Amino acid sequence: MSQQASFWNNLDQIFVLLQHWIAGYFPLWLQPAVETILAVVGIVVTFPGIFALTTVLERKGLGRMQNRLGPNRVGPLGILQPVADGIKSLTKEDIVPLSADAVVHFLAPVVLVVAIFLGYAVLPVGRNMVLMNMDAGLLFFFAIGASTELSIFMAGWSSRNKYSLLGAMRAVAQMISYEVPLLLSSVVAVMITGSLSTVRIVEAQSGFTGWFPHWYVFTPWGFAGFVLFVIAALAETNRSPFDLPEGESELVAGYFTEYSGFKFALFFLGEYLGMFSIAGFAITLFLGGWGAPFSFLGFVPSWTWFFLKLLAATAFFIWLRGTLPRLRQDQLMNFAWKFMLPMTLLNLLVAGAWRFLGDGWPRWAICSVVLLLAYVLLGRVLMRHQNLGARSYRYAE
Amino acid sequence: MIHGLSVAFLLTSALTVAGALAAALLKNLVHCALSLTVTFAGLALLYLQLDAQFAGLSQILVYIGAVAILVVFAILLTRGAGIPEYRGFSSSWLAGLAIAAAVFALLAWAVTKSLPAAAASAAAPAVTVQSIGVALMSSYVLPLEIVAVVLTVALIGAVIVAMPEARVAKSETEQGGAK
Repeated sequence: MSQQASFWNNLDQIFVLLQHWIAGYFPLWLQPAVETILAVVGIVVTFPGIFALTTVLERKGLGRMQNRLGPNRVGPLGILQPVADGIKSLTKEDIVPLSADAVVHFLAPVVLVVAIFLGYAVLPVGRNMVLMNMDAGLLFFFAIGASTELSIFMAGWSSRNKYSLLGAMRAVAQMISYEVPLLLSSVVAVMITGSLSTVRIVEAQSGFTGWFPHWYVFTPWGFAGFVLFVIAALAETNRSPFDLPEGESELVAGYFTEYSGFKFALFFLGEYLGMFSIAGFAITLFLGGWGAPFSFLGFVPSWTWFFLKLLAATAFFIWLRGTLPRLRQDQLMNFAWKFMLPMTLLNLLVAGAWRFLGDGWPRWAICSVVLLLAYVLLGRVLMRHQNLGARSYRYAE
Repeated sequence: MIHGLSVAFLLTSALTVAGALAAALLKNLVHCALSLTVTFAGLALLYLQLDAQFAGLSQILVYIGAVAILVVFAILLTRGAGIPEYRGFSSSWLAGLAIAAAVFALLAWAVTKSLPAAAASAAAPAVTVQSIGVALMSSYVLPLEIVAVVLTVALIGAVIVAMPEARVAKSETEQGGAK
C-alpha cells in the first residue's frame, strides 16, 4: 500500500525529481542556476507546445462550428498542420516596410513574447512546480501584463500604417479599460487568502468538504469574481468577442498588419501564450490551481489537473470565438466602465462582508442576493439607455 | 567590483542611465518616450535588487503600464509623431543645466547625509507586502483616504471634461436654425 502511495507521489513530483536528478550531475555551486535553467526550459518548451496543439484544435473546432472540415491535409486528420505552419513562417520572406521604424519594428514582437514568458514565472503548474514563489507573485503577473501594452503600441506605431496605428490605439485603449476590472476582480481572492503569493492562494483552496473542493468559484463572490475575471481576460488577450484591435474586416490585421514571416508568428505565439497564462491565473485564483476536483481523485498527479483545466479553458475560449459576434467600440467601453467596474467594486464589498459574517447559511444568502440584485439592476435598469442593443440603420430600414 | 558593488547593480544602473540619456538626446519624441520606459524598467530592477518587491512591481505597473502609455498617447494625440523633429539644444539650456545641477546637488547631499545612519542599522528589516498593507490600513490610513478622494475627484473631472455637451450643442444648432 505504501509502495503504491509512494509511486503516485513520485509521479506527482516526477518533474521536480527529474530537475534535481539532472542538477545532481553539476558541481554544488552551479546547482541552483542549473535548476532554474531547467525550469525555464520546461516552461519555454511546454507552453509553445500547447500553442501548436491549440492552433490545430482551434481551426478544427471552429471549422466544425461553421459546418466545414478545417485543416485535414497535413498528416493524419491534419494533426501535423502546426509543423507546416512553422516551416512556412520560418521560410517566408521577412518584409519590413521602407518607411517603418526598423529598430522599434524589430523590437516589438520580441518584447511582447519576452514579457509574456516572464508572466509564467509565478504560475504554479503543480505541487512544488513554480519557478519563483514570490511574496507578491500576483502583482508581478499584473505588472508584466501591463508592459505588453507598450509592445503592442510599438508594433502599431513603428509600422507607419494607418490600420496598424488604429489597431494599436484600439488595443491599448481596450487593454487599459479592462485591466481595471481584471485587477479588481482578482483582488477578492487575495482578500480572502490574505496573500499575494500564487502558491498560497492555491493552498488556501486545497481543502475538501465531503467530496467537494474548497475552490473560490463555489462561493458567491468567487463565482462573480471568476465570471468578471474571465470576461476581462478575454478583452485583455484581444480574443473574440473583444477582437476589435485586429478586426480583419475593418483593419486587415490591426497592429501586426505590416509583419510577415516569423515576426508574425511571434505575435501569434504571444497572443496565445498570453491567453494560456491569463487562463492559468484564472485557474489559480478561482478554480483551485492544481487541486483535484473531487477528494477521491487526489492521487492523480497535480500537474495533470492544471493542464486539464487549462485545456478546458482553451476549449471554452474557442467555443466563445465560434459563438459570439464582435462588439462595437462604444459597446466595449460602456461595458467596461458602466457594468464591469461597478460589479467588481461591489464584489469587493461582498467579499469583505463574507469574511466578517462568520460561518453558516446567512452569509451565503446575503452575498448571493446582493450580487444577483446588482446584476439584474445593472443589466436591466441602468444599462437600458446605454445603446448596448442592436443598432437600427436608417438606410437599411 | 567597484567598492563592493555587484555586477547586477552595475548592469542595471548602466541600463537606467543609458535610457535616461537616450530619452534626453534622441530626436524622435516617441523614441524618447520608449527610452524613458527603459529607465523606468531599470529603476524597477534596482528596487527589486534591494528586495523591495512591492515598490519595484508597483513601479512597473504604474510607470510602464500607465505613465509610459499616457506619455505616448499624449504625443500621438497632440502632434504628428511621424515626423522627427530636431531643434538641437534649446535656447534655455543654460537655465536647465543650472536647475539639473541644483537638483543633483540636493539629492547627492541628502544621500551622503543619510549614509552613516543606514550603515548603523546593519540588518535591514524584512518588509513583506503584508506589512506594507497593514501600515497603509493603520498608521497611514488618513493619507491613503486623502489620495483616494483626490483620485476620485480627478476621475470625475476627467469624465466631465470628456462628456459630450449635448444640451449646449442642441441649443446652438437651434439658434443657428432660427437665424
